Amino acid sequence: MSQTILTVDDSRTMRDMLRMALAGAGFNVVEAVDGEHGLQVLGAHTPDVIITDINMPRLDGFGFIQRVREDRDHRATPILVLTTESDPSKKDRARAAGATGWIVKPFNPDKLAEAIRRVAA
Amino acid sequence: MSPLTESSDAKEAGQRELITFRVGAQEFCVDIMAVREIRGWTPATPLPQQPAYMRGVINLRGVVLPIMDLAGRLGLEMVEPTVRHVIIVVRAGERTIGMMVDAVSDILAVDPAAIQPTPDVACDTVKAFITGIITLDSRMISEIALDRLLPSREQIAA
Amino acid sequence: MDELDAIRITFFQECDELLADLESGLLAQQRGAGDAETVNAVFRAVHSIKGGAGVFGFDGLVRFAHLFEAVLEGLRSEKLEPTPDLVSLLLGAHDELIDHVTAARTGRVQDLRRLSGVSVRLAEIVDRLKVAALDASPEAATAPERDDFDFDFTPLAASLEPLPAPPLTAPAPPAPLGWTIAFRPLAELYRKANEPAVLLRELARLGEARAVLDLSDLPSLQALDPEDGYLAWTIDVAGDIEKAQVAEVFEFVEGDCDLVISPMGQAAPAAAAPEPQFASEPQAELPIAPPPVKIAPPPLLTLVEPEPAPPPHVEPEPPRAVQSESAQPESPPAEAPVQTPPPQSVIRVDPERVDRLVDLVGELVISQVMLAQKVQEAGLPPSSGLVAGLEELEQLTREIQDGVMAIRAQQVRAVFQRMPRLVREVAALTGKQARLVTDGEATEVDRTVIERLAEPLTHMIRNAIDHGLETPEERAALGKSPEGVIRLSAQHRGARIVIEVSDDGRGIDRRRVLSTAVARGLVAADAQLDDEAIDNLIFLPGFSTASAVSDISGRGVGMDVVRRSVQALGGRIAIASVPGRGATITLSLPLTLAVLDGMQVEVCGQTLVAPLAAIVESVRPRPEDVRRIGSGAVLAVRDSFIPLVDVGVVLGFRDRPINPADGIVLLVETDDGGRVALVADEIHGQRQVVIKSLESNYGQVAGISAATIMGDGRIALIIDIDAVISMRNRPAPAPLLAAE
Repeated sequence: MSQTILTVDDSRTMRDMLRMALAGAGFNVVEAVDGEHGLQVLGAHTPDVIITDINMPRLDGFGFIQRVREDRDHRATPILVLTTESDPSKKDRARAAGATGWIVKPFNPDKLAEAIRRVAA
Repeated sequence: MSPLTESSDAKEAGQRELITFRVGAQEFCVDIMAVREIRGWTPATPLPQQPAYMRGVINLRGVVLPIMDLAGRLGLEMVEPTVRHVIIVVRAGERTIGMMVDAVSDILAVDPAAIQPTPDVACDTVKAFITGIITLDSRMISEIALDRLLPSREQIAA
Repeated sequence: MDELDAIRITFFQECDELLADLESGLLAQQRGAGDAETVNAVFRAVHSIKGGAGVFGFDGLVRFAHLFEAVLEGLRSEKLEPTPDLVSLLLGAHDELIDHVTAARTGRVQDLRRLSGVSVRLAEIVDRLKVAALDASPEAATAPERDDFDFDFTPLAASLEPLPAPPLTAPAPPAPLGWTIAFRPLAELYRKANEPAVLLRELARLGEARAVLDLSDLPSLQALDPEDGYLAWTIDVAGDIEKAQVAEVFEFVEGDCDLVISPMGQAAPAAAAPEPQFASEPQAELPIAPPPVKIAPPPLLTLVEPEPAPPPHVEPEPPRAVQSESAQPESPPAEAPVQTPPPQSVIRVDPERVDRLVDLVGELVISQVMLAQKVQEAGLPPSSGLVAGLEELEQLTREIQDGVMAIRAQQVRAVFQRMPRLVREVAALTGKQARLVTDGEATEVDRTVIERLAEPLTHMIRNAIDHGLETPEERAALGKSPEGVIRLSAQHRGARIVIEVSDDGRGIDRRRVLSTAVARGLVAADAQLDDEAIDNLIFLPGFSTASAVSDISGRGVGMDVVRRSVQALGGRIAIASVPGRGATITLSLPLTLAVLDGMQVEVCGQTLVAPLAAIVESVRPRPEDVRRIGSGAVLAVRDSFIPLVDVGVVLGFRDRPINPADGIVLLVETDDGGRVALVADEIHGQRQVVIKSLESNYGQVAGISAATIMGDGRIALIIDIDAVISMRNRPAPAPLLAAE
């Protein structure tokens, strides 16, 4: 059975891009448009890996990661953050919040699949 | 308190509003929430192999609407439709259908507790399509079980 | 249009939305109505544009958006005051961002102002912020930091071809035979949902790995904190492996474990040795600081170093004056190779809205027909101008209908692109080698047809591989390439779409097909059938030539099922085969399921519509052409006899057939290539009708495929010709009883 990835990003372009790359690599994809929505989606899905953006309305990536780590059901789910090369401080903050790993934008499908493989059980 | 009132704030009082109508000499009703519209009779296009109680289909603003002769469905005497007949368009389960009746009587607000179970004396056919009975003065009004009126799609296709 | 193009269109749509959000946020700020969330939203808008632009390698847009974003970040972190001057500069930046987006969209980068005042002023502000950050934390200046204005990542220029792996490190001294890794996860590693088992698995991908688990730190059960880490491993990975490859495995757990990587065979230091931190990792809050040098990205990991790290690639910083992006002369050429398609503006519409529009146009067509009929009945003189006006209305109505149907049209690519995977899977399951070649993916057809195309195509392709193609060995023995070719093509032919699935396999074994059909009682033993008729026997219900029922096309999913689903769409299916060379199955389908070209006929006073596609010709038979055979009748047409079927009787509208010579006969083709003559009372000519579902409010009616609305507003039923033909030999079903 293929693994399910939850992508959390407020940009439709990024969500579509992730979906294309992930679906192409054989993953199931569920999507959320921000952190709050991501938490709602987690109420109904148990993804194998979560990929989240940082800058989002309502609940940003840091807050989202923190809330997932506090959640009994999903605290052990690997979370990859989407970060830009120029934002090492953001990466560190995300790690402090509990991010498992990171993907540097712009990503390519191979990089993405590799990052998932490196955290997915 | 009388089970029936004409009050306009029926809903607030937890009451149901029912449309009553006549088929032959008997009175029936349906919940007003299920009624989409009431219109005059128009000739229907018969369907092949349709049951005797079906009158066919009509065009309701671009939608194909099946017309059922309620008298036929309830096992009562059927008469040829005339311009005086009325079609009550109702939502029956997932489908919208037209029920051909003789005339619409009035709208009643009823305390749900005043609706009694169907008595055993009623004939089987009537019983199959009636959910309950309301008595008002000398009137006896039967509530139609809309979801049972039309056979299932599987039964139709069989 | 491929998926990436679709995302590119999405990106520009999103840009338009984000630019509008940006503008309204800035205007609110200008009015003094902004709050922290307004600034956040404005920042996110620019940030999202930058992110998407990075994906497509729009470097100029990325640079400008980055500058803009840096100033907004200053506003967001309250290092800048939203003064009226600053807000109006930001509004100017918004306008210039529109220009950059447009330039990226059209590919006309050269149209951009080379050195705009706005970007210079934004750059000045960013410089001031950097100085301020320096003042706040002078030590940041000593840390070599990656400059924000460096975009020396390889842009993913509108292509998702895998990028070559970046060089991990400079060539190291002769690689050892492997590495010994001492690894002790800390509690923090587990908290971030990292998993030692996954890391060990990743190590094993590099080479032959042997792991030794160290339980010495495991406390007694009472003292054990389930959230803490007590285990440690020593792993030997053998092979020609770069150290950086090993280090990369541990990239995500850097700092959350004790880790020592040493060449295999050398004594490994204790795993508890403290871990050096990323030297290049900036600690400053604000990531912007003037870098003394521009450096290349550091190697991803700097761990315990038995050998010195390669020196950073250093080059002098360009003079400050050309700091602003628009002044960089290399910028336009850098963008030139990006293949930008011609500008295309696309809107996203909820399909339900289009469906509603299609329905409404259907109503319009009906109203127009009804109006025309009323005018005709009124017998107005042509001079009234009404007739001419109505003709114009009819013309316009037809054009609107065509236009709306074009909106709902989709390319068959949506279905075709699912097929390569199917071919791979079926080939693997059947031990065949197959390659899919597709053609005409851009052919458009109504969405309602697209949705119902996948199933028959899937069956056809499965059959072609399973039954059509030989095994690689058989093919080789025949002098064919071991790999069979499945061709899938689509093209328009008149008002229909024609889809072909062909294979270069063995073709239909006619002798076997015929003997099977005879054995199953599908044809008479002495039947004289030509090749085409034999080939078409495979469409008969229950026919299967597979000598062994396979998982693929056994299980009753024969070509009869395919034919039925194609016919349900108003389509036709045919097969052509050349023994030893392969077979081609051709599907012909209407372009839409919303309208139908029909022949209006009258039966027992009812108007019925027969799909024109099935009708070969209509004839008014002479009495001598009708011959009685037992209880039935046939029609003599030229030199053949065609069975007569009275539509009124089959549909239960009358008990006895009329004399065909008193009515009209529609010659239609049957499933097996034969003909049947349908008898109706009268014919009223051809017209296009709007298809209405009978099932949504009632159910499926035998012999009827759907309904339509006629000029007089009444419903007419559309005849399901194949169903009527197959019903002719069956007694009419008993009407449903009054009570079930």
